[in-house]
Amino acid sequence: MKKNLYIVRCGEVALKGMNKPYFERVLLERVRKSLEVYDEVEAAWIDGLMFVRVPADIDEDEVISRCVRVFGVASVSPAVEVPKDINEIGRKAGEFMNAILKAEDIKTFKVRAKRADKNFPIESPEIARQVGGMVLKASKVLGVDVHRPDCTLNVDVRKEAAYIYRDKVKGFGGLPLGTNGKGMILMSGGIDSPVAAFMMAKRGMSIEAVHFHSYPYTSQRAQEKVEDLVKVLAGYMGTVRMHVINLLPIQEEIVKNCPEDETTLLVRRFMMRIAEKVAEKNKCMMLITGEDLGQVASQTAEALVVTDNVVSMPVMRPLIAMDKVDIMEKAREIGTYEISIQPYEDCCTVFLPKHPVTKPKLPRIEKSESALDVDALVKAAVESEEIVVIAP
Amino acid sequence: MIYLDNSATTRQYDEVTELMYRAAKETFGNPSSLHAAGFEAAKLIKNARMQVAELLPKAGQTIFTSGGTESDNMALLSGATKLKRNGRKIITTSVEHPAVSETCKRLAQRSYEVVSLAVDGSGCISSGELEATLSEDTILVSVMTVNNETGAIQPISEIEAIIRKYNKTKGTEIAFHTDAVQAFGKLNLTDCKADLISLSAHKFHGPKGVGAIYIKDGLKLSPFITGGGQEKGLRSSTENTTGIVGMGLAAEMSSRDMDAKLRRIAEVSEYLREGITNEISDVRINGPVGIGFSLSDAGTRCPSVLNLTFEGTRGEVLLHTLEQDEIYVSTGSACSSNHPGESPVLKAMGLSPKQIEGAIRFSFSEFNTKAEMDIVIDRIKTAVERFRKLGSYQ
Repeated sequence: MKKNLYIVRCGEVALKGMNKPYFERVLLERVRKSLEVYDEVEAAWIDGLMFVRVPADIDEDEVISRCVRVFGVASVSPAVEVPKDINEIGRKAGEFMNAILKAEDIKTFKVRAKRADKNFPIESPEIARQVGGMVLKASKVLGVDVHRPDCTLNVDVRKEAAYIYRDKVKGFGGLPLGTNGKGMILMSGGIDSPVAAFMMAKRGMSIEAVHFHSYPYTSQRAQEKVEDLVKVLAGYMGTVRMHVINLLPIQEEIVKNCPEDETTLLVRRFMMRIAEKVAEKNKCMMLITGEDLGQVASQTAEALVVTDNVVSMPVMRPLIAMDKVDIMEKAREIGTYEISIQPYEDCCTVFLPKHPVTKPKLPRIEKSESALDVDALVKAAVESEEIVVIAP
Repeated sequence: MIYLDNSATTRQYDEVTELMYRAAKETFGNPSSLHAAGFEAAKLIKNARMQVAELLPKAGQTIFTSGGTESDNMALLSGATKLKRNGRKIITTSVEHPAVSETCKRLAQRSYEVVSLAVDGSGCISSGELEATLSEDTILVSVMTVNNETGAIQPISEIEAIIRKYNKTKGTEIAFHTDAVQAFGKLNLTDCKADLISLSAHKFHGPKGVGAIYIKDGLKLSPFITGGGQEKGLRSSTENTTGIVGMGLAAEMSSRDMDAKLRRIAEVSEYLREGITNEISDVRINGPVGIGFSLSDAGTRCPSVLNLTFEGTRGEVLLHTLEQDEIYVSTGSACSSNHPGESPVLKAMGLSPKQIEGAIRFSFSEFNTKAEMDIVIDRIKTAVERFRKLGSYQ
């Protein structure tokens, strides 16, 4: 079967010293998995580059978009392999360029050559000059522009063969999924938490999610929206397990027994406690939230101190120092923004205090909380969880 | 399941479903085809047209459409295009369904002048105000028969008489359209004198995706959809035989003993209203309090709709609470900090945002019973009390 070649480059994986073979093995596994929908895909590392061969009838854009979603991939290029003979390289490069000319309006080009195999008799600048000449001849219409070409043709001469390719499609970079433990994201239907989950997963962390709702004070559509968000994330990180917990019994107790201006903060503390219990049960080592310093009353520095106080697990807040506009930009990039802005709310405004406390003091909060049977409420909430498994 | 959202849509009659199944399976010919298979389909459509026309005023034609929204669009857009040589003014109300109000907005952008009549606290317009608004450059008046959110019956007969008189004395040709989507199958429309009447099948136990427009003889409209010339050239497109057949039977069935059925609906809805107002404090009726049974009962409420505000609550939360017991109702607004779904109808009636938030619409069909209402009263009482306690009401 005729196959097309793709060169996959990793970013940071290459820097990992002693662990390099491990990271490379995992990344290879992840790339293979991302392409498992196709038959007869081959993928292997050769001297620091991953060579992926996919049957030629599969759409190129589709293969690339699957590969660049794999965390740890820096870039991908569709490429052709040529025997290490300068005339062969020149002839293939001419064909390669003529194929591009059919689809695009290109006037100028240049050739950039790299000679990894120092036994190849011709040096890089000379390879570029000779191949450039042959492409000029083959295309008949092109001109050379070494400063601002419309198209750059790359020629890599390596040990096993030479490779011609054009674009590098950028990936997200990061580290292969599963190389950095497992975390539990507190997932709302908003803009921030999906981005936070994405950013941690990009650093190699496997993700489980916990979602809190207050049905019937929130609607089933709000939960469906969260599931839609997680489905988008699953496109990057594979199947995600989401633990769904109704917080209404706790909210009712808080509203009945505690000061109104502390409601949100007290609810946050319960969410953290419950999330930690669910995380422990599911072997997650950290909690992840989409909090962003100062964004709302419950995310002031003082409020974060008060919420962190109830858990011993580390709490990752990858968005903590980002501006909202940048978070929104990222959400657009990963494809969650349009879902997040749908108007179904995950927390009914009836539970939002009119003037929430912004500089809470721990002793006061603890005193308010003493009116509640915290352990029993947390236990009941954890036991009421429903698990939704969300596949890409 | 206790289904109280019949203004949104109704459960299709089983007989209609079965008939549609047979029609889809056996009579699939194109009604325009010359052969016997096409002729069979054409005969079914002819029969359905008679079934619907039977319930509409005489001296007019019934054109099938894709539903109430299309019928409203056709009445306004084709009507305005046809009549624009007489003027550019269109009169409507501030409580119309979006199918009318949004279409009027479009016309306003095309340099038509649109005047929306205000309503009183019960959601009814004043025919006197309408009379004062008429002018010689008026071409269309569009007033709904029964309001979908409140059940208010608008003064259709009076409006028609006012327009007829005005046309006679001034020599104008003002056409009168009424959106009767919520009225058909409940109120007798055979004496309605409107020039254009919109219907939708799924509001009277027929299928979704099919409706009709009645056009009085003598009123010529421009074609709304051009193509193969079906529906007398006004609405081209291969006929939706299955849907049309279903609509025909649903029209016939829903109008059988229509008066007696509406009185039974009234008993059930009044039973609910009394039960709720006896059991729960601070409930307000949004719409006319008194109920009516015919087009001439303007200013009353069609008993198929009952819109109540439970002060100090949020309709959406009540809706989701009732949903847990499979009781289905609808709201006047969505529970959200920025109120994207706030009802313009209740707003036009002068309700405060808080009152709109606490509004629930119950809408009835012939299938509802008093026994169901006992359950609803009990559940809604619990839900309202629970909410009011949480929201520290009063």
